[in-house]
Amino acid sequence: MLLLIPLLPLAGFLVDASFGRRLSKSIAGGVACAAIVASFAVALAAVFRLVALPPDARAIVEPVYTWIASGDFTAAFTLRLDPLAAVMILVITGIGSLIHVYSTAYMQEESDGEFARYFSYLNLFAAFMLVLVLGSNFLVMFVGWEGVGLCSYLLIGFWYQKQSAIDAGKKAFIVNRIGDFGFVLGVLLAFVRFGSLDFQEIARSAATLSPETTFGTVSLITLLLFIGATGKSAQIPLYVWLPDAMEGPTPVSALIHAATMVTAGVYMIGRNAVLFSHAPATLTIIAIVGAATALMAGTIGLVQNDIKRVLAYSTVSQLGYMFLAMGVGAYAAGIFHLYTHAFFKALLFLGSGAVIHALAGEQDLRRMGGLRKELPVTYWTFLIGALAIAGVPGLAGFFSKDEILFRTFANGHRLLWVVGLFTALLTAIYMFRLVFLAFHGSPAPAPARPEHPEEEEPAAHGAAGHGAPHGRHLHDAPPAMAVALIVLAVGSVAAGYIGLPASLGGGDRLAAFLAPSFTVAERPADAVERSVEPGGDREAEAGEASRGLEWALMTASAVTALAGIGLAWIFFVRSRTAADALVARFPGVYRILSRKYYVDEIYDAAVVQPIRIVSEDGLWQGVDVRIIDGAVNGVAETVGGASAWLRRLQTGSVRAYAASLFVGVVAILGYYLWR
Amino acid sequence: MFDLFAGVAVIASLLVIAQRNPIYSVLLLIASFGALSGLYVLLDAPFVAVIQIIVYAGAIMVLFLFVVMLLNAPHEMTEEDIEHPLAIVRSGATRLGGLLALALVVELVWALTRHGGESGVFGNAAVSSVAAIGRLLFTEYAFPFEVTSLLILVAMVSAVILARREGGPDAAPAGLAEPDLSRAPAGTEGDR
Amino acid sequence: MPTLNDYLVLSAVLFAIGTAGVFVRKNLITILLSIEIMLNAVNLTFVAFGRALGAADGQIIVFFVMTVAAAEAAVGLAIVIALYRHRESLNPDSFTVLKW
Repeated sequence: MLLLIPLLPLAGFLVDASFGRRLSKSIAGGVACAAIVASFAVALAAVFRLVALPPDARAIVEPVYTWIASGDFTAAFTLRLDPLAAVMILVITGIGSLIHVYSTAYMQEESDGEFARYFSYLNLFAAFMLVLVLGSNFLVMFVGWEGVGLCSYLLIGFWYQKQSAIDAGKKAFIVNRIGDFGFVLGVLLAFVRFGSLDFQEIARSAATLSPETTFGTVSLITLLLFIGATGKSAQIPLYVWLPDAMEGPTPVSALIHAATMVTAGVYMIGRNAVLFSHAPATLTIIAIVGAATALMAGTIGLVQNDIKRVLAYSTVSQLGYMFLAMGVGAYAAGIFHLYTHAFFKALLFLGSGAVIHALAGEQDLRRMGGLRKELPVTYWTFLIGALAIAGVPGLAGFFSKDEILFRTFANGHRLLWVVGLFTALLTAIYMFRLVFLAFHGSPAPAPARPEHPEEEEPAAHGAAGHGAPHGRHLHDAPPAMAVALIVLAVGSVAAGYIGLPASLGGGDRLAAFLAPSFTVAERPADAVERSVEPGGDREAEAGEASRGLEWALMTASAVTALAGIGLAWIFFVRSRTAADALVARFPGVYRILSRKYYVDEIYDAAVVQPIRIVSEDGLWQGVDVRIIDGAVNGVAETVGGASAWLRRLQTGSVRAYAASLFVGVVAILGYYLWR
Repeated sequence: MFDLFAGVAVIASLLVIAQRNPIYSVLLLIASFGALSGLYVLLDAPFVAVIQIIVYAGAIMVLFLFVVMLLNAPHEMTEEDIEHPLAIVRSGATRLGGLLALALVVELVWALTRHGGESGVFGNAAVSSVAAIGRLLFTEYAFPFEVTSLLILVAMVSAVILARREGGPDAAPAGLAEPDLSRAPAGTEGDR
Repeated sequence: MPTLNDYLVLSAVLFAIGTAGVFVRKNLITILLSIEIMLNAVNLTFVAFGRALGAADGQIIVFFVMTVAAAEAAVGLAIVIALYRHRESLNPDSFTVLKW
């Protein structure tokens, strides 16, 4: 049954890829949506089955077939469902379904062939992502890992006639590959060290070790794996592809670059929690990188003018939070934030998509305004999403983000907590800057001419005869899109409650549910179950003191969030010029931020250009042209030269031939006589 | 007797290759053949001796004579030293040829006499009457005999075809008109 | 009495003379004549050996050799005639069409 979960979207991919051009849009889209919705249904059934099992034996294993059997080494294609995977597949298929439905309306103006191609890629992506999270060993996970990278490339560069889209797709793929190199090295090293690629086996072996005090093998393995995660999940230093990835259609950004693919890195760490727990050095690195990324991305997001870029940097920032959680050992909290983030980030992206759709391709915030009145559904859902991400109490984001901050503080990382809190302030500010600029105030003065048109189609926008492609035809989101927005908005509010901490009266049910995934499945001989979450023990014993601390920190988070909203209000609603004045006062700072700390330029100068020079001048001209071609051509020329020289034997003179015959006879005769 | 015939043969052959005039060469070769025929008689091979005269001296040399006269190969055309890029084929060739011939003689003599120049090998008289030869020819060597007839047929046909004039038997003989003495000999302005 | 060796030496000498002629002479017809000399030398060898071994086979072979020599002479002369028609020269050096 587990196999059906990735298999259904794969079937959808095959249908849409093979016959897409001949199918009408409703059929192509319908097939794809049916596939993912069916997958969601099967996933739901599987999770129900899982939950029915007792907590300490919550795993459904489904061997599919033996993939590699070579000598002593066997690698099986096996799927395994446990609590962690259960959360992931529900997120993937559930939010994936909503995004598929949304896309049917968003991509309506593409041609039939393009429409089907889009959905085939989307389904393929879902299939790969599901394989990634359901795999029971590194090999299967790697298949999914690479597959989602491929689909990301395909979807980012979907509008391949646009050079910037192609470039962005390539950039994403290449940067991913760099990370994947580290990932593969980590997997290989793990295999060498532990003799197996299976997650459970590795966890069991690792559990017998004591946590490393120096930077040993396990630390190296986990560090390499983390490098892979930085590529896939857009952390420092490999995050640079994510903002460019906004070239792709907005639903793609919602699905891949907010809810699912970028979370693969976080998932991977969670999956190998036991292993990572034995490498404190790496965990520290992870936490620092996560916090730094969150802060850096937050500052950049503050000054971006493209609505999708703001959200992209926001994603990078929130992913930083998740890694911060993993780094301090709060695995459940990281996954919790992954889950809530999926809801509100997808919501925010889809909402921005609705805005862009309404404005016929306009993405620049400076040209928006006053949409609150004209796009009510979009506005209210978007507002809910913004409140959630800012961490306003009562919504999902508050609980998950607060959990992370609490754990960070409680595990002794005070400085990181401060960074996290400050980033939360920034999050609130930039998010509400976006809300206020786009939806509040007065409409922009002139009809917006699309400067960054998302769609290249010169055809008229919409079938309902809305008129020329430029100009605002402000219809609110069509039903398919609105449904998705509303469902996600509900989720953004309600989803957090399953993780309601004990201090607020809830049972912290999500963490309890996830706990078995982060421990080692015990062999019958061992009696004690060893949990790897330091917070778990602490909570059992601390009691009141911990409660108080948690309340205090929660209050701090809430105040920060509201303060951020307030600041945004002052700058972007009360007097819009105040922001400009601030920019004028600190032009240098503004320039650095808006140029994204010049990271892309630094990479280009330090990495890309040297490689290009080595490749072009060194390897191409020097080695390939001179040495290799020289050798090959040289051989040919030698042959030619030799034959030109030998040709002279053909004198055409009969007498010369006779002479050579004569001489030959004498010589041969002499030779034989001599013997 | 042997020395006489042998001497005639050798001297005649030497003169054949030394002569400028091809007619003389042909005639000298006929003399050489005559001497060889005598040698065959000495070797108790009368049949071959006669055949040598009839076929070789009588038919082949006559053919040669015909061709020489037909082509009107005057001695002026024989020794023209046409410049040739390869030095080896100029008169130095004569020296080289002599040298190589000498070497060849030495080698051949050595080869042939290596295994005993027994004297008086010619013991018993060989069975070489015409009847005996005929019997051999038509029994043991019957197949080569028949094939040889095929060979002759082929030679005949090819000779006819090769020597045919362009454009059929009635066309004007190209290049075989009376030598135009006003022109320079054709060889001097031949193409390289 | 002439021994076998005498005949063999004679035929060797004749053969060498013929070969030298092929190489040295600059007249196509004379070259062909030299070839005939060589063939005759070989004939002599065959007959001498046949006599020494007491078999008539030597003569049979000579018979065939003569036939072949006749055929070859005929064809060779036909070729010479054709060549002469083409170039009006009997000098082998003037036929260099096969030069590279």
